[in-house]
Amino acid sequence: MNLNSEHHISRLAWLSLILLGVLLIAISLGLSIGPTQSGLRSALATLFSPGESDPVLYRIVWGIRLPRVLLATIVGATLSLGGLVFQALLRNPLAEPFILGVSGGSAIGAIIGILLGLSRFPGICFTSFLGSLGTLALILIMSTGKSILRKDALLLSGVMVNAFCSAIIMFLVSITQDARLHNIIFWLMGDLSASDLPQVAILGAILIPCFVIVFVFSHAMNLLMMGKDMALSMGINIRAVTLVLLIVTSFMVSATVSFSGLVGFVGLVIPHLLRLVLGPDHRILVPASLFGGAAYLVLCDLLARTLPQQGEMPAGVITALIGAPLFIILLKRSRK
Amino acid sequence: MKSAFAVNHLSYAYGSQPVVQRLSFSIARGEIFIIIGPNGAGKTTLIKLMAGIIKRQRGRIDVLQKSIDSYSQKKLAQVLAYVPQGLPVGFPFSVEETVLLGRAPHQKVLGLASAEDLEIVRQTMAFTEVDHLARRKLDQLSGGEQQRVLIARALCQQPQVILLDEPTASLDLSHQIRIIDLMEKLKAEKGVTVVMVSHDVNLASMYADQLLLLKAGKIVRMGTPSAVLNFETLEETYNCQLLVDSSPLGNLPRVTLVPRKFLKS
Repeated sequence: MNLNSEHHISRLAWLSLILLGVLLIAISLGLSIGPTQSGLRSALATLFSPGESDPVLYRIVWGIRLPRVLLATIVGATLSLGGLVFQALLRNPLAEPFILGVSGGSAIGAIIGILLGLSRFPGICFTSFLGSLGTLALILIMSTGKSILRKDALLLSGVMVNAFCSAIIMFLVSITQDARLHNIIFWLMGDLSASDLPQVAILGAILIPCFVIVFVFSHAMNLLMMGKDMALSMGINIRAVTLVLLIVTSFMVSATVSFSGLVGFVGLVIPHLLRLVLGPDHRILVPASLFGGAAYLVLCDLLARTLPQQGEMPAGVITALIGAPLFIILLKRSRK
Repeated sequence: MKSAFAVNHLSYAYGSQPVVQRLSFSIARGEIFIIIGPNGAGKTTLIKLMAGIIKRQRGRIDVLQKSIDSYSQKKLAQVLAYVPQGLPVGFPFSVEETVLLGRAPHQKVLGLASAEDLEIVRQTMAFTEVDHLARRKLDQLSGGEQQRVLIARALCQQPQVILLDEPTASLDLSHQIRIIDLMEKLKAEKGVTVVMVSHDVNLASMYADQLLLLKAGKIVRMGTPSAVLNFETLEETYNCQLLVDSSPLGNLPRVTLVPRKFLKS
């Protein structure tokens, strides 16, 4: 492989273009397919020249499908990037926000926010962030020192944190008669339907700076692949890098959880596939994971709302149906 | 003589357990300095303290005649490289990518490689004889080859001092000699100071300009191999039966372990 920087930049540019193309195709499909068959052309016509379109189709495309597809784009990108960062920090291919229990902690925070009657932004986002930081601290304390690098220790603590979080969530749900928790089970499985364009815009505005921060640290993540001591000896301030990445990632994940509930395994599937194809360089993997995760969740959500004959199911069902078996395969292979 | 390291009253403890206690010594530039001693003597802790991986609790460490505290992490990495024990466990890069990582202390935050960086990588891979492996993945190589790649990565930092923690452990004989010969070439051709932890007293005897024999965190003896590797000192430090005579290669001490079945009652 050619290591020179012009080559590196042109490779990154080409790759981003290709993945952006894939994402745009996924978005177009997401906009044009649904219970009301509209066809690709008329859906796109409605999108680009809303004035001349059929008012019913206008409402479907602009009011329902576009916010949902854009939310899937942002949530997919974030969760995929979150998985990549956790895998780099823990040097463990099985690390992922949902599996580690960070998403579960965010969900507890979000539910408490809902019960307190807070608005989605900034109130629920904030309680959700506190919840994710809490579980993150719990995971780090439970597997102190080097043991977190061992797959079994990491998984066990994740399973326990998740079990604990589910118990608290169920407890909160059962002691309340609140109508706002009516759709809680649906939301918990990862639901992308409850959003409108201004909310999606807010989410995008707070997450895009996070993506930039993670990209700035992408070469530091490369150096971390050599282990803590070696990275330190190559001039990386491990403590600062780890802290910033953990906090930024928890923040990103909790923001998406407060909008869309628990969508699992996106951060496992996409970084794994991309690493197989593109190699371990995080300066490539960070942007690739963003585009790849976005396209993946848009397509999963499309399946989720078109597969059932009646109604629809949460996107988290599809991502778990694909992700959980892959997780088991990865675990089995890593034991060899 | 200018010093590469000056260590003064250096102490470190894990909790209440002292690991190194009031160590004082200095290392001249361009020397091969080998730290030996029994298990648990504090060798790894000492070399990590010297590499700035862990922070000392008492005493003073000067690197190239400046306090180690006066360097930023990145500035220190421009003059001092460290090869820890064991091999990395992260997702594997190719050999040339791994070696290029060593340029990080001289690069900007995203680590984009300049033509100069690539030329240094090429030269270093030739120097350490890993150039034929350039496209292979790190985890597909033998232990000895991986160790040479990790050393190449350290040399890409263009350090004046390199610290290695048991670089020959668990390698076969030919890889052991290749690694240590490489260190000698480094000293001879580039004037780099080499500090190394080793378990092998005979390798240490053949290559070291100075030896430091450590036991329970304290210096037992320091000096040339002939001064340190004598029968009384070794038998007392390692607490086992051994013979010390002269190596057939020249006037160097040679240590032979004596198994129980050869002992006369």
